[in-house]
Amino acid sequence: MRTDWSIYISFLGAGMIMLLPRNSKTLIRWVALLTGVAGLLIALNGYFAYDAWIKTQTNLSDGFVQLVNVPWIPVLGINYHLAVDGINYPLVILNGFVCVTGILFSWNIEERVKEFFAFFLTLIAGVYGVFMSMDLFLLFVFYELAIIPKYFIIAIWGSTRKEYGAMKLVLYSFVGSALVFIGVLAAFFAAGGTSFDILTLAHHKFAPEFQRWAFPLIFVGFGVLAGMWPFHTWAPTGHVAAPTAASMLLAGVVMKLGSYACLRAAMMLFPQGLEYWKWWIAWIAVIGIVYGAAVALVQKDFKFIIGYSSVSHMGFVLLGLATLNVRGMSGAVLQMFSHGVVASLLFAVVGRMVYDRTHTRQLDELGGFRTALPFAFWTFLIGGAASMGLPGFSGFVAEIQVLIGAFLMSPWLAVGAGASIAITAAYILNALHKVFFAEEEHATAAGHTAHGHSHGGEGESRWSLPPITVPEVVAGVILMSLLVIIGLYPSIMLNMITPNVELFLKGLNVP
Amino acid sequence: MTAPYYEVFKALTPEVMLAVAAFITLTLDLASLRNAAPSVRNRTLGTVVVLGLVASVVPLWQQLNDARLVILGGTLVVNELTAIFNLVIVVLTLLTVLISIDFDLGRHVGEYFATLLFGAIGMMLLVSTEELITIFVALELTSICLYILTAFQKSTLRSQEAALKYFMFGAISSAFLLFGLSYIYGLTGTTNLREIAQAVQSNGPSPLMAVGLLFVIVGFGFKVAVVPFHLWAPDAYEGAPTPVTAFIATGSKVASFFVFTKVVMLGFPAMEGSAFWGGFSSGWTMLLAATAVASMVLGNCVAIVQHNVKRLLAYSSIAHAGYIFVGLLAATSMGVTSVLFYIIVYGLTNLGAFGVVAALSSRAGGDEMENFNGMARRAPFLSLMMLVFVLSLAGIPPLGGFFGKFFLFAAAVQRDAQNFGLLWLVILGIVMSAVSLYYYLVLLKHIYVIDPKVKDRIVTPTFLNVALGLVALAVIGLGIWPEVILGLLKALVAQL
Repeated sequence: MRTDWSIYISFLGAGMIMLLPRNSKTLIRWVALLTGVAGLLIALNGYFAYDAWIKTQTNLSDGFVQLVNVPWIPVLGINYHLAVDGINYPLVILNGFVCVTGILFSWNIEERVKEFFAFFLTLIAGVYGVFMSMDLFLLFVFYELAIIPKYFIIAIWGSTRKEYGAMKLVLYSFVGSALVFIGVLAAFFAAGGTSFDILTLAHHKFAPEFQRWAFPLIFVGFGVLAGMWPFHTWAPTGHVAAPTAASMLLAGVVMKLGSYACLRAAMMLFPQGLEYWKWWIAWIAVIGIVYGAAVALVQKDFKFIIGYSSVSHMGFVLLGLATLNVRGMSGAVLQMFSHGVVASLLFAVVGRMVYDRTHTRQLDELGGFRTALPFAFWTFLIGGAASMGLPGFSGFVAEIQVLIGAFLMSPWLAVGAGASIAITAAYILNALHKVFFAEEEHATAAGHTAHGHSHGGEGESRWSLPPITVPEVVAGVILMSLLVIIGLYPSIMLNMITPNVELFLKGLNVP
Repeated sequence: MTAPYYEVFKALTPEVMLAVAAFITLTLDLASLRNAAPSVRNRTLGTVVVLGLVASVVPLWQQLNDARLVILGGTLVVNELTAIFNLVIVVLTLLTVLISIDFDLGRHVGEYFATLLFGAIGMMLLVSTEELITIFVALELTSICLYILTAFQKSTLRSQEAALKYFMFGAISSAFLLFGLSYIYGLTGTTNLREIAQAVQSNGPSPLMAVGLLFVIVGFGFKVAVVPFHLWAPDAYEGAPTPVTAFIATGSKVASFFVFTKVVMLGFPAMEGSAFWGGFSSGWTMLLAATAVASMVLGNCVAIVQHNVKRLLAYSSIAHAGYIFVGLLAATSMGVTSVLFYIIVYGLTNLGAFGVVAALSSRAGGDEMENFNGMARRAPFLSLMMLVFVLSLAGIPPLGGFFGKFFLFAAAVQRDAQNFGLLWLVILGIVMSAVSLYYYLVLLKHIYVIDPKVKDRIVTPTFLNVALGLVALAVIGLGIWPEVILGLLKALVAQL
């Protein structure tokens, strides 16, 4: 089955859910889950069939498997053009995984279930669409389509300052897409006004002066959504306000929409503009990496820590893109995948496993979860290890490549970015300590007696919480296995990414 | 010269049908329905009007296929393009009637529907003329009907105030328009737009001509409510009975924009001037650029602080008039195509939005934002429709509003694409539509996010739900598959 069916199935699922009666909540959940699984399986099937499919292509040199390419609005030269290559395939399957696990972690949503999953699947469909679009206009359409459901998901089902967080997030993304819109129109007419096709436009030689101002429009416009410093401030507030599944989606795939579109649109169309601006981007990325990590270190709210850590990790992606060498860019693409999984996992621990049970996220009020929720502990341990970049997990493979790439560009960049790894370790371990250990001191500090004695004894925690449910275990295990599989056997993904990054760089013909 | 009566009749059949329907409505109401229950009167008379409107589709459909007719030196011009827009006006009127049937119209139901139809006739004449006197007469016919309709809720002070304000501004704008037209006639000796264009071409633009054109633009500026001639709009929109607001915001706007496009594009190509950044020169495009900037900025910024849904939509429509001017001042066939496409989308979208407001506000106790709290749970279907309409106004894909706006801005950039002369206007427009998303989302927040005070379900008549559902489908369809209508419009504009 062609991979673009993942898009249509998600839309269909959303439509079907809208037609179901609002009180049959279990049915709605199962329909959503089946839709998600179907989308994922289609994507995975394509992923593993890529090598066979690519051989059937007429144009082998660009590494694209064409899915569909038909005229859509001929008046403006707009085509409905979807294609996949080694760069966007990992992101497509990432979206599938985050969708399925997000639905599993949302199993406990009881309020307005029908609307929740309808918005959720619309968002998923939009994200699939962005990742596969090869037409600039189409990409923009899917991109905007993904913005609006986020508002409702956060504003309706969110928590802390949800309406503010939702509005901020949507306005930031919309202002970003306004910049993109201007850049897209300018690029279209500068290339003669005949086609919006990315591959066609990429062959057009835009004047260097034009590239110099059009490139930042599109790059920064999409960069806003990628959490690019200093336009990242929507990210922590948005993540914190969002319900668990939405934080997972936001950090897991929506931020990747931004970085992916930077790569696919801005970099591919304007290589000379990129050449001109790359030092700016690289240093801004390093600032983002260090700044995000440093701010995460001083947060008191568990979710804010993960929120700022996303800004920091997305900095690695932007840095990798700016290096313009095979190592750095492969690392960036792998980091998009890896961070997507890590962020989803960590937000699931914070939002679903801890917050939904305790209704607090303040580090000082938490503690002792190692015994209270052992599964949450192990999940956070593995997610945190991947986040810190420990060897054996996917984060390591990705970040080390970005660092090598950055080192090739300038050792100072690598030093700057590398420094953040120590800070990351500090805030992850700090959170780990305060949430999962540190039982006694918190218990006494908070005035809890904890039944007199709770010195590490099993089942004697001061928390009496509902046990971890089956959907949580299933979803957690899926995400953790991904981290470990990629960590131990990275070539399953790199074999696909690296050759395509090479093709991509060759196509850029940077002088 | 003898008038070709048969051809005049052929060209006017749709309008005649509406007039006949109007008289039947009046007579029927007077003769046998005076003492019937209000709902019976609404439904019976509404059905008659709907039948009349549907009947007028037949000759319009025929006009789509017939050769173009030019009668009495452009007094009436009938071609595919005018047929399409007359169809649009008929559809908008039809939807207005459907919304009205569900609305409390007071004691004068027959008069209401008849006035509505006369207004529609004015709009249709406006669409199919290329001659100044007829333009003025048709415009007055429409406007006077709309003044009367605005005042129709006789018991509410707001309605009276709105009507008076609307009338005062409208009368002044008519004076401006007529004054300008007299100059143009005096200088060129003709009232036909195409002959005016030739005269301007051969005599060259003169200062007096510029004054005439300026006054015409001021006059039309009032009708389409662009800043700084917009002051009547928010009050009239808020005070008028909601179905009438819908009619003012859609039918009259579509017709006014259509005829205004004709006036400037057919009559004054020689006085275009330039609105390119760094290359301004006086002409109508520069005037339009100035009003477009003012409308987009003021309309969007003032809409942010509104608490009344109708007022909010009024300011939003001021902003949309600004976007439309951006496409129009490109002064290319692509620009005209984009304007025509946009006014169709805009008419349908706004009609849908006001339709939902009309249906819900009368049952929820008012048209303030608070009255719409939690509407998604009280009236899920109409709320979903409202979501579609509002997001289309905000320009979110895949809805018609998005593609319409994209096409307007693309047309503006295409003019002088080498130097991006009009990009500054497009940038402003895009930034302002980012601003607009805020207040549209605030409205949707009331509908979808905030919990309702009263939780009982709101039941609306099925015919209204179906009609609004179809409008929403059309709005979605125009976004997903704009080529259908766009290809047609493009071909027709090329023949103009």
